[in-house]
Amino acid sequence: MAAVLPAQRKAEVGPQRIAFVLLLAFFVLGPLGMYPVFLMKVMCFALFACAFNLLIGFVGLLSFGHAMFLGTAGYVCAHAAKVWGFTPELAILAGTAAAGALGIVTGLLAIRRQGIYFAMITLALAQMMFFFYLQAPFTGGEDGIQAVPRGRLFGLIDLSNVWAMYATVLVIFLGGFVLIYRTIHSPFGQVLKAIRENEARATSLGYDTDRYKLAAFVLSATLSGLAGATNALVFQLAALNNVHWGMSGEVVLMTLVGGLGTIFGPVAGALVVLAMENYLATLGFWVTIAQGAIFVLCVLAFRRGIIGELARLIRKPL
Amino acid sequence: MLRKLGIAAGVAMAMASAHAQISDGVIKIGVLNDQSSLYADISGQGGAVAARMAIEDFGAAKKGMKVEVITADHQNKPEVGSSIARQWYDRDGVDVIVDVPTSSVALAINQVTREKNKAFLVSGAATSDLTGKACSPNTIHWTYDTWMLAHGTGSAIVDTGKKSWFFLTADYAFGHALERDTEEVVVKAGGKVLGKVRHPLNAQDFSSFLLQAQSSKAQVIGLANAGGDTINSIKQAAEFGIVKGGQNLAGLLVFISDVHALGLPTAQGLIFTETFYWDRDDASRAFAKRFAPQYKGNMPTMVQAGIYSSVLHYLKAVEALKSDDGPKVIAKMKEMPTEDPLFGKGRIRQDGRKIHDAYLVEVKKPSESKGPWDYYKILATIPADKAFRPEKEGGCPLVK
Amino acid sequence: MTEIFGIPTQAFMGQLLIGLINGSFYALLSLGLAVIFGLLNIINFTHGAQYMMGAFVAWFLLNKAGVGYWWALLIAPIVVGVFGVIIERTMLKQLYKLDHLYGLLLTFGLALIIQGVFRNEYGSSGLPYSIPSQLTGGQNLGFMFLPKYRGWVIIFSLIVCLSTWFVIEKTKLGSYLRAATENPELVRAFGINVPRMITLTYGFGVGLAALAGVMAAPIYSVNPLMGADLIIVVFAVVVIGGMGSIMGSIVTGFGLGIIEGLTKVFYPEASNTVIFIIMAIVLMFRPAGLFGTLR
Repeated sequence: MAAVLPAQRKAEVGPQRIAFVLLLAFFVLGPLGMYPVFLMKVMCFALFACAFNLLIGFVGLLSFGHAMFLGTAGYVCAHAAKVWGFTPELAILAGTAAAGALGIVTGLLAIRRQGIYFAMITLALAQMMFFFYLQAPFTGGEDGIQAVPRGRLFGLIDLSNVWAMYATVLVIFLGGFVLIYRTIHSPFGQVLKAIRENEARATSLGYDTDRYKLAAFVLSATLSGLAGATNALVFQLAALNNVHWGMSGEVVLMTLVGGLGTIFGPVAGALVVLAMENYLATLGFWVTIAQGAIFVLCVLAFRRGIIGELARLIRKPL
Repeated sequence: MLRKLGIAAGVAMAMASAHAQISDGVIKIGVLNDQSSLYADISGQGGAVAARMAIEDFGAAKKGMKVEVITADHQNKPEVGSSIARQWYDRDGVDVIVDVPTSSVALAINQVTREKNKAFLVSGAATSDLTGKACSPNTIHWTYDTWMLAHGTGSAIVDTGKKSWFFLTADYAFGHALERDTEEVVVKAGGKVLGKVRHPLNAQDFSSFLLQAQSSKAQVIGLANAGGDTINSIKQAAEFGIVKGGQNLAGLLVFISDVHALGLPTAQGLIFTETFYWDRDDASRAFAKRFAPQYKGNMPTMVQAGIYSSVLHYLKAVEALKSDDGPKVIAKMKEMPTEDPLFGKGRIRQDGRKIHDAYLVEVKKPSESKGPWDYYKILATIPADKAFRPEKEGGCPLVK
Repeated sequence: MTEIFGIPTQAFMGQLLIGLINGSFYALLSLGLAVIFGLLNIINFTHGAQYMMGAFVAWFLLNKAGVGYWWALLIAPIVVGVFGVIIERTMLKQLYKLDHLYGLLLTFGLALIIQGVFRNEYGSSGLPYSIPSQLTGGQNLGFMFLPKYRGWVIIFSLIVCLSTWFVIEKTKLGSYLRAATENPELVRAFGINVPRMITLTYGFGVGLAALAGVMAAPIYSVNPLMGADLIIVVFAVVVIGGMGSIMGSIVTGFGLGIIEGLTKVFYPEASNTVIFIIMAIVLMFRPAGLFGTLR
């Protein structure tokens, strides 16, 4: 994928390597001090936010309907594991594939529009999926699919053991994260950034921008699906709120707080938002007020997000 | 200090029985419900108030038992609820979770509780599956359920001679279940269902559906929905002159907090079933008078009353058993007959269903009411053994 | 009795009229949003919360100050409008030079805060607000019983919509406004205080939302979440109509109300979703909406 690394690239990589090591350390050592189920949730949503960030941060497309990928994968994976008796890795694969397929269909419909119109089409499509899931009997309506078995990974490793499950989620998260990283730094990723900067110029250079955008969209959808399917197995249920437009809003929040267009931003953002939700749950309504306040603060004063501000401080991209 | 006392007491009692342990010396009760949206007024913060009153009335402090209450908001999301429950059980030493409105969340907690071998006392959720195919030796379903609502309201109304029905149903599993159960009752009692219309959840405007109900000329319009949908349907029905035109509204799931939100001029004449009314007798009035100042002046709903009753009985069982081991306490609770000032005498069946009387109520006209919260006329009492689904019909594997 | 598509003509006419009533609601609500987006290029996600505030102010006025519905129609939009002006001056101003996205996110965050605060104070079951006595009761039209209040909604909504459209499209003030958004520098050079116009326009749009809230109070339940699910429907209306076009929103509002009404007769479960299906279709063939121009 990569040719010769230009000198500038070498300088960037240093801080990124450090950040990656910190990330690894956090998630590997974290469960010793923090509640493992919480960290697994963070990893799933961090992956979701990273996938979302691929689209908005690097291609410049704001999708208001990303929840449909998260939720679809969750439902398909849950159904596969519970009703068809798939082993967990096949169930996750099934969920991810379903999200990818949905990504292709919705991408073809949405990609021809830009800006706010693109956002509204994705919202409309997500609402239609929401309605479909509300009605379809296999989803259990608002009860959701409950009591999904975690099963035995590859038929051997029992995932109801929390450490086995944690290790699995960790591997999936890291795999997805590295994939996104490589994509961003590949020639393909460079073209995406060019499209974000100036689509007309990219077209005049001979790139079929629609195909690139569609590819990015489908990749984003598929990885969101991976996050959703894994999440369904962690919690052993798949419910409607993962397809609701509020969830689409939440991933925007995570990405914004962490830093739009940064690599590590979405992970930090997911951690912050979920930690806040978790610890404020005992305070009831304050969760929405706090979330709103953070949105406002980030937009007014803190536009680059946590990682973005950090990157600015050290003058290197993160 | 209390912890040492607890352990000492535990050791002493260990001499007497084999299982004399209260985990960590503390009985921790988790009140998990909706505190910020649709169902916040049905239990919400008031749920914690009810739990604390039960602990106080039980006399925990005097008996040397350390009991704590923690609360959380599940936001009506099964994942959030499940997450909180797991954390509470794994990390925070919670022994029993109570309340949990919203059937989808309750079903999730039911599962988690069973896995972690703790206890679950449902007061807020309605699904009769909790004592049916999803029944569990770790769960007791208190207060009410869909079967009771459908049969109580349905048969009572048909018995008054109103036999033709039209259903306005919320289009989700709960609404469908209510509609199905009530239709069954109506048909069995000799009534007829002239039509039904399904509206999307959280529809703002019901005029179109009400118009259809009006033109069906059914004597009764059954509202198989809940929360904001019910409030909106009733409010708009008044606007369209439905009750004035001679049709009756039957609310299939209505709480006193909904009536309060509607106001008597709009809600008058509404008929439905509940299992607790604060003004029913002296005992409930006394409870309400203590409850209201602790919860912004609001009178207790049946769900909050159910929390009080379930926590009280739980503590009695723990005391008798000298242990807070989940399934064992549940089994003890089923063994001991229940008695409290709010629900009177009752019992808990093998399938986990708590049995008590139900009341068919009608909302008073403004002229009949003497003040705020004086809302109901009790039309009839449905005796406990008739109010709930017969044990054999539920499909619960625990029933032999 | 004759039948149209399998339901009696009478019932059909009744449903059509109800659709029109709902449509007038959508039109009134989307009008404010269209004004704000059309003229200011701000995507005002707080619109739903401001609608809710209008209803609450009406409730306050009635229950704490004894001021009735008719005065509330005037006072509530002004009160909430002032609140909007404050938001614009302190927060939105800074975002004009940035991408649309940030305005959207800011207003989204504000909506969350406002709704959370109200929910904390007032619970979620809602507060009672009755129809003003002059408008209670109704008229039997033969094919249906039309509550007077609903008839009032149609008439008032039409008046407000058409006057707003007239002011913006046909008067001098409106032309200044339109010019100011297309080319603020030039208009400023003519001596017109552009920032103030923008602030007042935002306040006006917000006031329209609050007005719709007051209209809603007697018939829909006044609760903190009343705007939350409505906001995306209203967005859909504005998008379908064309994001810059005032007339587009008005026509689409009424039209969609009728279509939704008909859906409620034939496939009621889908009535919440039909608007999104239409939006998706419109956006695919006419990306700028039915009446709009691409920006």
